Amino acid sequence: MSIPTYSGLEPLRIFPGSNFVNIGERTNVTGSAAFRKLIKNGNYDEAVSVARQQVENGAQVIDVNLDEGMIDGVEAMTKFLNLIAAEPDIARVPVMVDSSKFAVVEAGLKCLQGKGIANSISLKEGEAEFLRQAKIIRRLGAATVVMCFDEQGQADTFERRIAIAKRSYDLLIRSAGFAPHDIIIDANILTVATGMAEHDRYAIDFIEGVRWIKQNLPGALTSGGVSNVSFSFRGNEPVREAIHTAFLYHAIKAGLDMGIVNAGQIGVYDDIPKDLLEHVEDVLLARRPDATERMVSFAEQFKGAPSAEVVAAQAAWREGTVEERLKHALVHGVTDYIEADTEEARVKYVDPVIVIESPLMAGMSVVGDLFGSGKMFLPQVVKSARVMKRAVAYLEPFLEEKKAGQVMGSMKSDAKKVLLATVKGDVHDIGKNIVGVILACNGWQVIDLGVMVQSATILKTAREMKVDIIGLSGLITPSLDEMVHVAKEMEREGFETPLLIGGATTSRVHTAVKIAPHYSKPVVHVIDASRSVPVVSNLLSDNERVRFEGEVKEEYEKVRTQYEGHQREKEYVPLAEAREKKFVIDWQAEPPVVPKSTGIFTYRNFPLDKLVPYIDWTPFFMAWELAGKYPNILKDEVVGAEATRLFNDAQKMLDRIVKEQWIQAHGVAGIWPANTVDHDDVELYADASRSKVLGRTHAMRQQSKKAPGVPYIALSDFIAPKGTPDFIGGFAVSAGHGVDERVKRFEAAQDDYSAILLKALADRLAEAFAEKLHEIAREELWGYEASPLTNEQLIKEEYQGIRPAPGYPACPDHTEKPELFRLLDATKHTGITLTEGLAMSPAAAVSGWYFAHPKSKYFGIGRVAKDQIESLAQRKGESAEWMERWLGSNLGY
Amino acid sequence: MKTLEQLAQERILVLDGAMGTMIQKLGLTEEDFHPKGMEDHKILLKGNNELLSLSRPDAIRTIHEQYLAAGADIVETNTFSATSIAQAEHECSHLAREINLESVRLAKEACAKYTAMDPSKPRFVAGAIGPMNKTASLSPDVNDPGFRAVTFDQLVTAYKEQVEALLDAGADILLVETIFDTLNAKAAFFAIDEVFEARNARVPLMCSVTITDASGRTLSGQTIEAFLISMQHVQLFSMGLNCALGAAQMRPYLEVIAEQSTCRVSIYPNAGLPDQMGEYRETPEVTAKLVGEFMANGWVNVVGGCCGTTPEHIAALAAEAKRHAPRKQPALI
Repeated sequence: MSIPTYSGLEPLRIFPGSNFVNIGERTNVTGSAAFRKLIKNGNYDEAVSVARQQVENGAQVIDVNLDEGMIDGVEAMTKFLNLIAAEPDIARVPVMVDSSKFAVVEAGLKCLQGKGIANSISLKEGEAEFLRQAKIIRRLGAATVVMCFDEQGQADTFERRIAIAKRSYDLLIRSAGFAPHDIIIDANILTVATGMAEHDRYAIDFIEGVRWIKQNLPGALTSGGVSNVSFSFRGNEPVREAIHTAFLYHAIKAGLDMGIVNAGQIGVYDDIPKDLLEHVEDVLLARRPDATERMVSFAEQFKGAPSAEVVAAQAAWREGTVEERLKHALVHGVTDYIEADTEEARVKYVDPVIVIESPLMAGMSVVGDLFGSGKMFLPQVVKSARVMKRAVAYLEPFLEEKKAGQVMGSMKSDAKKVLLATVKGDVHDIGKNIVGVILACNGWQVIDLGVMVQSATILKTAREMKVDIIGLSGLITPSLDEMVHVAKEMEREGFETPLLIGGATTSRVHTAVKIAPHYSKPVVHVIDASRSVPVVSNLLSDNERVRFEGEVKEEYEKVRTQYEGHQREKEYVPLAEAREKKFVIDWQAEPPVVPKSTGIFTYRNFPLDKLVPYIDWTPFFMAWELAGKYPNILKDEVVGAEATRLFNDAQKMLDRIVKEQWIQAHGVAGIWPANTVDHDDVELYADASRSKVLGRTHAMRQQSKKAPGVPYIALSDFIAPKGTPDFIGGFAVSAGHGVDERVKRFEAAQDDYSAILLKALADRLAEAFAEKLHEIAREELWGYEASPLTNEQLIKEEYQGIRPAPGYPACPDHTEKPELFRLLDATKHTGITLTEGLAMSPAAAVSGWYFAHPKSKYFGIGRVAKDQIESLAQRKGESAEWMERWLGSNLGY
Repeated sequence: MKTLEQLAQERILVLDGAMGTMIQKLGLTEEDFHPKGMEDHKILLKGNNELLSLSRPDAIRTIHEQYLAAGADIVETNTFSATSIAQAEHECSHLAREINLESVRLAKEACAKYTAMDPSKPRFVAGAIGPMNKTASLSPDVNDPGFRAVTFDQLVTAYKEQVEALLDAGADILLVETIFDTLNAKAAFFAIDEVFEARNARVPLMCSVTITDASGRTLSGQTIEAFLISMQHVQLFSMGLNCALGAAQMRPYLEVIAEQSTCRVSIYPNAGLPDQMGEYRETPEVTAKLVGEFMANGWVNVVGGCCGTTPEHIAALAAEAKRHAPRKQPALI
């Protein structure tokens, strides 16, 4: 069927009788001063959010015009359209590519996968150029707007409008292969009430032109830029709104199909005050010669009138029953009245346990349901838990039997229990704490043993408290081995409790291949906090348990088969060959970067406010399971509102952290003369004579077989061998001192939300410190970088040199950390200690090496063969078994 | 001899099945993939199936003949990734034109042999034009959504080279297939239109889109309806679906195409969804039954197979096709 259709990610069809199509104009630099400024300043992130607002406000098509004299139109249009193409909530609507330069229109259309609209072409430069442009538009699959413009200029009378419209229409159909409904005629909406008599008929002639086109040019559509008409009254919003509303009312009646309008500037025709409407229509319809004069003086009274009333927030929820109030407080995370409401419930129900089990848990189960169905997000749930804890804390004195402080959730004696712990050697617990909150919200009792928990403690508590599920968490790779150990111990002691595995380095494959085979009862990997609910509920359900366990078993069996198949296929080259095919730097052509200074540089109590600008916020939101990139996440359709709330809370707390010095940041950096020896090791020297060896670090080398010509990289390849003087750096920073004390205070106040928030912020500050210190190293200590980089460049790592951390892909070997700490005297300078699992404590800490050579880059070691493990062990003076234990995740055999 | 258009009026046409699956079955080695003179190419070439048209023409011709023997009316050339952009990964961009020329030649030889055997069933060569490994409307870098690994103009240049070669060697049809990014497909058709205009000659065009999952959208995010609108400007012989899904999962999208397209409709599904090990296990009987339902509904004009399908699948589809009438094209308004 031949009706006008356009598309973005979704279709837009204009049926006979369809409503007027509203084209957003806020992404038009000629229509919006604010947008012009954003584009001029290159603030594309904000500019994209303007496009989003328009679509949210109901624009069915967005007009994009970047005709700003100071910028390259083709480049700007391409960049902007590519950016909005990545935003599904904007890209769903078709785009009208608007420019007075055809090259910009063409470049814009080349960015659209949907069927867009070119705006515009005209006969201004004659028929040949008109047809050339039309053909390109057609070939790019777009419709086009035709301006009523010809070799003589702009059509400003009724006769000229219709003559040019007809000529353009005929040419497009006969000579450019256009379908009639792909032709949109813009008959020029020009400004009225200018005081010049020849402008008096501009509005009425446009309206009559539209009527003629719809009757005489079959299939063609009509459009126009509406806000132009009221330009004489700029600054007087109520009057402009009335003019647009009345103008559209008449133009649409005449057949206007679409228009570029600011949806916020259109009202309801019948709501325009009668006297104002009369003055407006006198002007628009040219009903009397003094219409303009009368309108101008009448309009004065509307200047500066408020556009809308702000409705005061209502506290209607306070009028419900006590059960309703408790539910509202839990779902909305409001703590203001929780003690009073809880007291009221206690008096009513008499038994405090019933208050917990009935109205409070009922409210929490609503929270659990909303979270499960994606209608609430993690930060909200944690706030709900804060309300719950406050209520339970209030009831505690009335409870006959006091529960341990670690217990969260249901108090029923027959409630199912989940034990959570971060394993021995590891101090990371943000994710585990979130899981605890979520499980407690869903009616289970949670026993949280905290961090660095010995396996004996886990097993003993599990037995004593008769827990139904054990959940282990960890972030660093050695924790994976500890989890295997716990699983073995559970098997040895004849446990039957299902075991859950979670945390950043854990995976389904590792769980299936390395942990599950050691424990004959169910072992399940839980990918994130939201998955913990269905997993626990399946495992604790009498009906589902058997089926679920069977499914997991079968799935893990498959994972193991695939893994083994994959392992067999994977080939490793001998270490000697990998060394031969190392990453080669031409030290003559690109000599080592000689530092300005060497030695140890300490930074005690580094000013926190200097770190704030270096924070990379995206991982902060990831910690709360809010997916999206900062700052766009704040405007995200789904999580934007919650992300913004969380961000505001974070900003407030960050302010206090800085002003009240809640935490202390200490850092140390070192630069030493160094050279590579025996391919893979780096020797560090006491001074420039390079006669006294200070220490030695051992790099791992890639070993899995590569295509011919591709090198097998080790970090030591970035340091010159003996004979060419080179240098290496190291650093350790922490922003975690003081966190624990403050977290304890929050937890005592039943405020998990603030506790988790603070830990997440401390992590961000530590990362920011690492970034800042690296900058100091590059600019001052080593001193090879001249101009400061922007935060965006820092996050994208657009600098020379790298700062790989032991335990991460380029050097997965955690056992290199003690040597780094010794060389830096890091514990003395920063207070960071290493746990037996070689995790850094406090958790908000980062350490690593500096490599300055421009060729140095981040990479992953992957898995290695036995000969390398043996070589490493021998170089470190340890046994191969010891080395295997620490590198369990990197063994390719 | 009847033209493609005439045949399509009379019956449902049968396209061939998977090329990759058949190649995999041959158990070729790295050496098989190195054309003469490129024995020492420094990048592994195994898996770059298009090169086989140069290095192992016998293998490709045999696969074409197996499909023709099974009853295919149209065979696709072994040119899915034969563009300078897609070949760049293996540093074989300079071979793009040669691969297209040779691939068409192999398909034409096979078709000529079978047409000669039964002139009442003429066979046709469709020049296969794949989606490329770089996309113009998606950023490969999640941290830089405005970045594009390839521009529209670069795509047009690469497609133009391929289209010129396919037509120079005498392809009867051009088939733009496995479309997951509409902008890439628009570039292909842009190139085709320019070439047609310069030569003042055209061949029938087939267009086949891929819906990748249950969301009912292309990988680049368009709904099937939005996609059809994006392709309105192209004069097509057929519009349809292939790859990613089995026939059963394609049903709702095929129904939309059958309802809204003014041209003919094609479908060539995978042999079901891959199992845990990545293998396609749908039997020829099941595929033929599922696609047979679409034929019975009067939805399709061209049927065939994509990943995992074999000559057995095509034989089953060809037998089924004989039992049904082709979809009637809605009158163009």
